[in-house]
This record gives sequence, structure tokens and C-alpha cells, in this order.
Amino acid sequence: MVALTVNGQRKDVTVDGNTPLLWVLREHLKMTGTKFGCGIASCGACTVHVDGKAVRSCAMPVGLVEGKSITTIEGLSPDGSHPLQKAWVAEQVPQCGYCQSGQIMQAAELLATNKNPTREQIVEHMDGNICRCGTYLRIIAAVQRASREG
Amino acid sequence: MNHLDRRSFLKETAAGLTFALTVAADPRVLVGEAMMSEAGAADAVMPASVWISIATDGTISIVSPAAEMGQGSFTTLPLIIAEELDADWSKVKPVLPTQWDEKMYGNPLNGAFQTSASASVNGYFKPLRLAGAQARRVLIDAVAAKWNVPAAELATEPSVVVHKASNRRISYGEIAGFAKSPAAMPKIEDKDLKPTSQFRLIGKDVPRVEVPTKVTGQAKYAMDAQVPGMVYAAVLQSPYFGGAPQTVDDSAARKVAGITDVVKLPDGVAVIGNSVEGTQAAKGMLKVTWGPAPGQNHDSEKALAEFAEVGRDKSRAGVPYEAVGDAKAAMAGAARVYRGEYRTRYVYHAQMEPLNATASVSPDGKSAEIWAGTQGATGLLNQAANLLQTDRSKLTLHQHLLGGGFGRRGQQEVVMDALRLSKAVGKPVKLVWSREDDLMFGKFRPMTAHHIEAGFDANGKLVAWHHRVVSESVAAYTAMMAGNRPAPVDRVVMKGSPIPQYPIANKLAEHVVMPGRARLAPWRGVGNGHNSFAIECFLDEIAKDLGKDPIEFRLTIAEGAPRMQHLLREVAQMSDWKRKRTDTALGVATMVKDDTLAAGVAEVSVDRTSGKIKVHNVWVAMDAGIAVQPGNIAAQTEGSIVYGLGHVLREKIVIKDGRVLQSNYTDYEVTRMSDVPNIQVKVVSTDNPPTGAGEDGLPVLACAVGNAIAALTGVRLRELPFAPERVRGAMGA
Repeated sequence: MVALTVNGQRKDVTVDGNTPLLWVLREHLKMTGTKFGCGIASCGACTVHVDGKAVRSCAMPVGLVEGKSITTIEGLSPDGSHPLQKAWVAEQVPQCGYCQSGQIMQAAELLATNKNPTREQIVEHMDGNICRCGTYLRIIAAVQRASREG
Repeated sequence: MNHLDRRSFLKETAAGLTFALTVAADPRVLVGEAMMSEAGAADAVMPASVWISIATDGTISIVSPAAEMGQGSFTTLPLIIAEELDADWSKVKPVLPTQWDEKMYGNPLNGAFQTSASASVNGYFKPLRLAGAQARRVLIDAVAAKWNVPAAELATEPSVVVHKASNRRISYGEIAGFAKSPAAMPKIEDKDLKPTSQFRLIGKDVPRVEVPTKVTGQAKYAMDAQVPGMVYAAVLQSPYFGGAPQTVDDSAARKVAGITDVVKLPDGVAVIGNSVEGTQAAKGMLKVTWGPAPGQNHDSEKALAEFAEVGRDKSRAGVPYEAVGDAKAAMAGAARVYRGEYRTRYVYHAQMEPLNATASVSPDGKSAEIWAGTQGATGLLNQAANLLQTDRSKLTLHQHLLGGGFGRRGQQEVVMDALRLSKAVGKPVKLVWSREDDLMFGKFRPMTAHHIEAGFDANGKLVAWHHRVVSESVAAYTAMMAGNRPAPVDRVVMKGSPIPQYPIANKLAEHVVMPGRARLAPWRGVGNGHNSFAIECFLDEIAKDLGKDPIEFRLTIAEGAPRMQHLLREVAQMSDWKRKRTDTALGVATMVKDDTLAAGVAEVSVDRTSGKIKVHNVWVAMDAGIAVQPGNIAAQTEGSIVYGLGHVLREKIVIKDGRVLQSNYTDYEVTRMSDVPNIQVKVVSTDNPPTGAGEDGLPVLACAVGNAIAALTGVRLRELPFAPERVRGAMGA
């Protein structure tokens, strides 16, 4: 049994502590906004926040996050009103959309610590998140917009 | 995407007016019949074949049958109907088909649910316009009868019919409350369609409707399917194409917690259990020996060198593709002949959502429910019916958003395995491929060797063109896997070779087909990707030898192709082509794919010590006919440039002893944010029928970059990818 706090709610799951957090979120708790992309922390599709820090949930054993505060895309805002989510829609960032939960969570970590990142800082911070549809330029534009309008 | 099943669709449209319009029966002719549904009687009178449904509250549901993988068809197709219907777009709700009936909803271009070749807008455009106009006419006729005025005195504004003479207005929702079905649908002809100048939606950008769900985690992909009672499966595939499992040692795998079954498949072994993590771990513990197959000794680097030799050996004839004139005779009579050779390697789709499917087969094995995200619902359903030896009416497909397609999700092997496994264990099965599975058992764009000759007459005119493409056949592979007869020519490999933008009097492109050794599939841009690379690099080599400016040279040989000449001039202007740069250089390239034209320029620098290439800017001018959603076309073009950049810089699949040597994003390195250049796309809307726009930046990129490197360094790179070590080696550094 592992006791988790996900988006402010207590969740008890019966899994081995070595189970990747990703599969606990997706298949055990049925919160599927966090995506499986590579399984080895190389693409960022599974990015969530643990105590405010962006981590790759596919490589994070659930036992290591017990007692910590986990935020997923479903908990970033109650209704899609986070400045990044609004900017993402305004810039029409997503194409297939599969990587975008992870992109947004990664970007949210940046804006939480740096309200006005430069373009170079955005690229450096986001370079671990792959988007195969190639929406990178729009991601940069959306982060800049959220920074402006946030 | 609102994933509506049939029941909720019917419920929502129980009151109102619905239109069952056949758009697919004849590619260019609409045969329509309006279906009326009175409140509460919808089930009785409405077949599933409804295209447009107007509810009394004014909501207009419009079916959108193409797979949505980020290219925007889910929005664009209903928008075409809405334009001619004169619907208020804010009241339009795209919905998935309620029944996978090709006769009703299939793409008129191919009669199928097949979202590929950027053919959705191209195929549906005219029939959907006619359908929308026909529905609008029914509304007008209904109002004319009710108000007892001539239909000719009625006009429409967004979702409102207006009678100017009496200053009366009535909304579409109100009309849906009383309108009756005419005995015969009104005839609509081309002249009844809106003139381009009156478009309110076509050519004006609207936000894509499913985008908000993609920023909250609510968007549903097949990977997100959760079915009561389902179990999970992981499959160990044959490491090489064609291998069948012979001996299976599953003793270690069965010891993993939650593993319940191990099942042999035609070319793999599955473990079934109660979790993804358990089944994936157990898969890695299987010890399997594999039967012999032609692919088991495949060595791709060695084979590519052989392909190049075959390219040179003209006694090895190929399959001609859209030949013009007599290229061989013209070449023999040419005053001067140039020859060039180029190579490309296997490349992998790397779509972000690994392949997966969920299936639930009934106890008698004759019915099934399938949860998938597919580019080819028709192929999926036909193959599933064939597999279960049942009728398609026994199959229910729940289509999902696709986490990337790029050609890979037209392949059905994972769905078929999910069906086999569900049947075997008697439960719903969710089959998930890991990234390693998705890559190592991927289906690749074939590697190619190109041998091209160009013949000039005594006056310096390009009169003969002969392009030999040596590769395995995607068409043959696909046909074999689907159990179909192979197509006589391989369009997937050969697209881009006919070069209509260069109206040379004698042209021959031929495909020298090599024995199939790898798993293959269409890849974004298909043949245009590798063919444009070879052709446009070759043209630059000729231009250099002739001492001509690359764009001037292309403008000359594009004489008679004014659309391309226009794009070349546009892109020259966009890139400030004539301006000399100090540490960078420009390269140009063109392409024509399925009647869409593009010209691109890349600005590049090279780190001479490391051999690393940096692409700084890309400018593309493109003409896809009438630009239905120009902003989205630009987004698709940006995306395809970024996608293509990966296989210019780094991406390659190498096969040795039949096994794929790469395994994940760590050694198959796709484009990342730090690689991305500034990209400027100019969408040139012309008065031609709309053609595809999902893939057209990619084909110009590799050659534009290669040409820029040659301009900058004098070194010509003739193989993809332009890996730093190769660049360094070529520069003699």
C-alpha cells in the first residue's frame, strides 16, 4: 500500500513501491492526462510536479514520492485556466497533442521560478521534452505569451 | 474530441432536422436524400448515415470522418459544410461518424476511411460543399413554403434565413422545429455554390475544436482506453522481419506478479497480466527462438552499398513511373550528360504515442469491440473481420484521437494482435507497445539509392531526365501484410519523382525493386522526402557546373510551370536570396506532391571543427490551391519541417543481422527544441482545387540544407543524415 497526495487528494494504491509513478497515475488511478512516451525519461511526455518540481513520472518509483505533493495536468488548474493553458489555446500549440501535458507541466515549473524567461532560457528548460509534430516554435510563443499575460 | 457513441448522438439529435447526404457514392456528384426526424422518432427514421443534424436549439452537428492526428481535419471538414450551409460556426459541433460505412462517409477520393496522403480536404472538399449547399436549400425552401414567399427572395446569414422585403428573420434552429422533408432533395450544381469572394469560413482561420481538450489532459487517445474487466498484454516481437516463434521458455516471465497467460502469436509471444508494468517486465524475461526468414541476415549498410551499384547498372530495369517522351533516346542524343548519386537511410516514425490497441472479442469469437486510434478504419475493420471470420457489422470501432500518425497508424498489426489475444484469454485486452517495441519493430521509410542522369542538348536546354530509385517496395510489403494484391507501381516510394514543376520533354523515373528485408510503411512526405533530396541536390550540382544561380536555373527549367515559378520568386524574396551572408549560406529546393507545390530556402552554418550543422532559418512558399485554413497549413508546414530536420541531422535506423540497432529516443535522436530554426511559411492561396498540406515542408528541407552546405563549404553531401562525423570527413577536417 502506498499513500499518495495527487492534486491535493489523498489516494491509497496497492502497488509495489518500485512501480513507476506514471502507471500508478494512468492505470491504477485512471488519470490519463499524463502520457507514456518512452519509459526512460527521454521525452518528457510523462512530466508531473512533485513538490512543485518537474519530474519524469515514467522513471520515478512510486515509493519515492510517498508523502509528497504530486500535481498532474488534471490538477494544474480546475478548469484549464492556468495562464499556460490559455496561452496554449491562443497560440494553437497542440497538433496531435499527446506530448502537450508534459510540455505544459515542464513550462509551468519554469514560470513558477522565472516569471520572465528569455527565449534561450525557455529553450534550455524545454529541451528535454520532445514534440514529434514539431510545435516547438509555438510552444516558445505560448510560454512567452503566458509570461506576458500570466 | 467529443467521443460520441451512437446512442448519445441519436439522443442529441432526437429533435430537429437531419440530413443523410451521400457524398461518397460518386466522387464528384452528390446524390442526396434528406431524412426528417420528428421528436422522439429519431431511432425509427434515422439511419446512422446522417451528415448534418440541426437541433431546435440551433446546434448543428456535422460528421467529421477523417482521423484527427493533429492535422486539423476534425475541424476543417465540417467547416467546409458549414461554409455552404451558411452556418454560424460557433453553433457547429463536429462529431465522429456513428457508423463506419464507407458509402456514407468514406473519402470520395478512395472510397475508404483512410486518412493518409494529405487527402482529406482534397477528397471531401467538393462533395461537402455540395452537401452543405443542398442542406441550405432545404432550409430556404421550408421557409419559403411557410411564409408563402418565393425562395428566390430569401437569403441567408450565419444560421438565419432572411426575407428582406418583409424584414423577417428566422434561425436555423427554429426552422428545424417545423421543416418537413421534401420528396426529392433539391438539385445543386456548381453554379449554386458560393463564389470564393463570399467565403466567411474558408480561407479565414478558426481555432481547431479539439485543442482545448489537449491542454487539460481530457483528450482521449487509444492509450487512455479503460474497459471494465480488461487485462494487459505486452508482446515480444520477432527481432527480424518474418520470424515466427519456435521455442518459448516462459518460466521466468510467469513468475512476475500478476502474469496469467503466455500466448504465441504469428510473429511474437505475448504475456498477459494485470498491469502494464508487470507485463512489460515479464516480456523482457521471455526466452524465444525464432524461425528462419529472409530478413534475419539483413545488413542495411552493406545492402545500401549494393543498392547504389544496382542504380548504376542500367541492365537492371525498373518499373517506370509516369514517364514522359522517350528519355533513353533523348539521353543517347544529348550533347552533354550529367550523372549524380544519392542515398537515404531507413527512418522511423517516432510518433509520440506508442502503438497500442484494446479489443474485446465475444465468447463465440464472432463479434468484437475495438478501441484504437487509426488512420485506416477501413483496413482495420476489413482485416479484423477477416481475422475473426465474421461480418463487419459484428465489429464496433471506437475511434480515438491519434497521438501522431505520420503513416504508422495506417498499419493494423497491433489491433490484430489485441484481437487474437482477447479471443485467446476470453477477456478485453489492452495491448501496449513500449517505445523500444515501437522503434525496433517499427516500419520504416525504406532506404534508397538514387542514380540520376540529366541530358542537355547543344543549345543548353535540359531535354532528358532519367531517375533510377533503388529500394525495397512499400507497396509490396503493405499488400503482403494486408493480404491484398500488390499495386503495379509503388507510389509510396516513387512520389516526387515525376517532377511536373520541371516540364522536361523526356522524363523517366523507374523503381528498381529490391527484395524485401525490412518492415516498411509510408512515412511523412513519402517518396517526396528521398526523391526531392536526390533531385534537388543534383540540380544544384548541375547549376554550379553551369555557373548559374540555383534559383535562376530552376526558373529556367520550370518554364511552363507558372505556379512553381511564382513560388520560387516568392521564396527568393522572403529569404532575401541575393544578399550575401558572411558565416552562413542559403540553399533552395522545390517539390510537388499530389498537386501541392512548395519551394523552400534554408540558411545554414557549419562548425568546421565538430562538423555540426546549424539550420538558422527556413522560408517556404507553398501553393495547395484554395487554402481552406491557411494558418493551419502554415502550422502543418512548420511541423513537417521540424519533423524532417531530424532525418537531415541525425535520425537513421541501421539493421544488422536482421536486428534494428537503435532502441529509443536516446539513440534515435529526433529534432529537439534547440535544433529548431526560425521558420516562415507563406501560404499562397490560388484558385485551384484544394490539395494536401500535411507533409509539404519536409521534402524541401534536406535538399535545401544540403545545397546551403555546398554553397557555404564547397562540400557536397550526398547521403542522409548529415551526421557531424560525415560532414567533418567530407570537409577533410
